[in-house]
Amino acid sequence: MSTAPTATSGDDRVVTRSALNTFLSMPAVGAFIGAIVIAALFFAVAPAFRNIANIGTILYVCSTIGIMAIFVALLMIGGEFDLSTGVAVTFSGLAAAHLAWYFSLNVWVGVVLALVLSLSVGAFNGWLFNTTGLPSFLVTLGSFFVLQGINLAVTRIVTGGVSSNRINDLDGYESAQAVFASEFNIGSVNIKITVVYWFLLTALLSFLLLRTRYGNWILATGGDSAAARAVGVPVKATKLALFMGTGFAAWLVGMHNLFEFNTVQSGQGIGNEFIYIIAAVIGGCLLTGGYGSIVGAAVGALIYGMTRLGISYAGWDVDWLRTFLGVMLIGAVLVNMYVKKRADAR
Amino acid sequence: MTATAEVEPAAEPRGEYMLELDDVGKSYGNVHALRGVNIRVRQGEVTCVLGDNGAGKSTLIKIIAGLHQHTDGVMRVEGKETKFNSPREAQARGIATVYQDLALAPLMSVWRNFFLGNEIRKGVALDVAEMKRIAGEELEKMGIVIPDMDRPVGSLSGGQRQVIAIARAVYFGAKVVILDEPTAALGVKQSGVVLKYIVKMRDAGLGVIFITHNPHHAYLVGSHFVILKLGRVVLDAHRDELTLDQLTGEMAGGQELAELSHELRAVDPGKTVEGHEVRHGSVGSPTVDSGSGEDAGSDDEKA
Ligand SMILES: Nc1ncnc2c1ncn2[C@@H]1O[C@H](COP(=O)(O)OP(=O)(O)OP(=O)(O)O)[C@@H](O)[C@H]1O
Ligand SMILES: [Mg+2]
Repeated sequence: MSTAPTATSGDDRVVTRSALNTFLSMPAVGAFIGAIVIAALFFAVAPAFRNIANIGTILYVCSTIGIMAIFVALLMIGGEFDLSTGVAVTFSGLAAAHLAWYFSLNVWVGVVLALVLSLSVGAFNGWLFNTTGLPSFLVTLGSFFVLQGINLAVTRIVTGGVSSNRINDLDGYESAQAVFASEFNIGSVNIKITVVYWFLLTALLSFLLLRTRYGNWILATGGDSAAARAVGVPVKATKLALFMGTGFAAWLVGMHNLFEFNTVQSGQGIGNEFIYIIAAVIGGCLLTGGYGSIVGAAVGALIYGMTRLGISYAGWDVDWLRTFLGVMLIGAVLVNMYVKKRADAR
Repeated sequence: MTATAEVEPAAEPRGEYMLELDDVGKSYGNVHALRGVNIRVRQGEVTCVLGDNGAGKSTLIKIIAGLHQHTDGVMRVEGKETKFNSPREAQARGIATVYQDLALAPLMSVWRNFFLGNEIRKGVALDVAEMKRIAGEELEKMGIVIPDMDRPVGSLSGGQRQVIAIARAVYFGAKVVILDEPTAALGVKQSGVVLKYIVKMRDAGLGVIFITHNPHHAYLVGSHFVILKLGRVVLDAHRDELTLDQLTGEMAGGQELAELSHELRAVDPGKTVEGHEVRHGSVGSPTVDSGSGEDAGSDDEKA
């Protein structure tokens, strides 16, 4: 216990926190420390990592993971998991590609239909979760397998193979590509549009979580859903919206993949759901909900991107990536826990 | 109890019933938690609901608060037949509740919990400064000072948490405020503050439903007393018809209290025993049938 004098009357046992303690008690602190360590490591061992032009490449890898990770983090703060996110990205891209190609539509029609389908998948997850009361882990594990099967089977039916047909000669392709997969240069750094989306959405969701009424509801729903419901928070609607949020993110990334590569592989995306969750957890989200940070999840995605490219820039075998990630996950969680305990106990 | 609430005789009933329960019952599957309950709550009155553990008090208020739906009977709010589907609906009709077991989200800060469901906004954004200010002021009025409104509620004491929940209900309470055992976790001073608040709410013309185990607290502020036992109303009396002793007696079930005091007389609270190692499992359970009391102590070893 500190014995420093305090300005407040009444209870002199509580001292106002210092700025450092406030920083250390933030959920994202482990992620920030991790990001600095990783950056320093690869800065030292990988010459290509020091090349300024590679910043664009690193950020690009971060952005496609990061867009998903921040929505997954929001859902986790609301107390739930979504394991279907990895294949949902592929599902969205395939949906747009198949619909546009099969019916020879303007690609924008495919894009909008894919959005409707992606939001529906999220809404279905949320609805099933709300009505059955099953753990979201189980519900979305189910939709993970359902979507995976659909991706493979429908692609086989439509194209006879494992990738969607090219759609670059359909109407509207150019403008859709400009929206979802364009790029520009800042000096020698090439920036993909997804990086811009990633930054914007991180700011937007962070504001939503910390400074809006809906954010307050998310925190409460994840922290104690019965107590939240008792004071009038619409818990079910809140969770439904969160699941639809991951659906939206899957659509955005799915559209990028489609218009970046012009075709989508039906088996893609499997395993990415865990990378999103890892980024969110490194960023300070508790598995039990009610606590976490959007900026933290974005930094978690940054750590992933730096590690993935850092390993290959350093000339190491990329097979080690996942081992690296696993170690980092445990490390970041321990740092988060330790630092938070210290900051709270002070 | 040294509660400092000034107690005036109950105000004359003013106008209509705020809330009426007619023959209300509630079953959880095959458990009939409530049966045939009739209660009238007037504005400007404090209705105390008393009863043993498991008597159905919390079940009763959860029905009124919209957390559960009754399975029998009729509930009327301001004369209109009502069945709430969610706590939000009850709140919209002016019913604020402090729950015994559903209080606050532990990882959320004090001000976020205080305004949960009633957030103050400036445009789309939360007006954080204003909410912190109000929460701080309201808590100070109730006698607790929390300098850092950003502290997670989970790091506060149980009593402090209860005060936050009460302050919140008082602040947002519109017509009927329900308090489920608000004083159970509180110290003497905070209990006094809560009782004073109950009186203040009554004087402001709210209908207050005060649930408690403590007949002393109930008698200090209550205008009307309802005792539940095994889900039924066994006593429904106005303050004028009852003394504190009668209330205490009725609550403990008259007969049962006499038996209890007889049994406990034999325990001899003045007795002391020299401290020594007690082996695991060697403390026997008290036997309550005989009046001799020799085996009521804890030092008879069954080795
Ligand atoms: N959700 C539930 N499902 C099944 N039975 C329940 C449920 N909630 C309460 N009960 C039962 O209903 C009865 C009344 O419970 P209730 O919580 O209303 O008691 P209480 O009077 O508030 O007790 P206490 O003084 O201990 O708070 C008990 O027998 C309890 O076991
Ligand atoms: Mg109870």
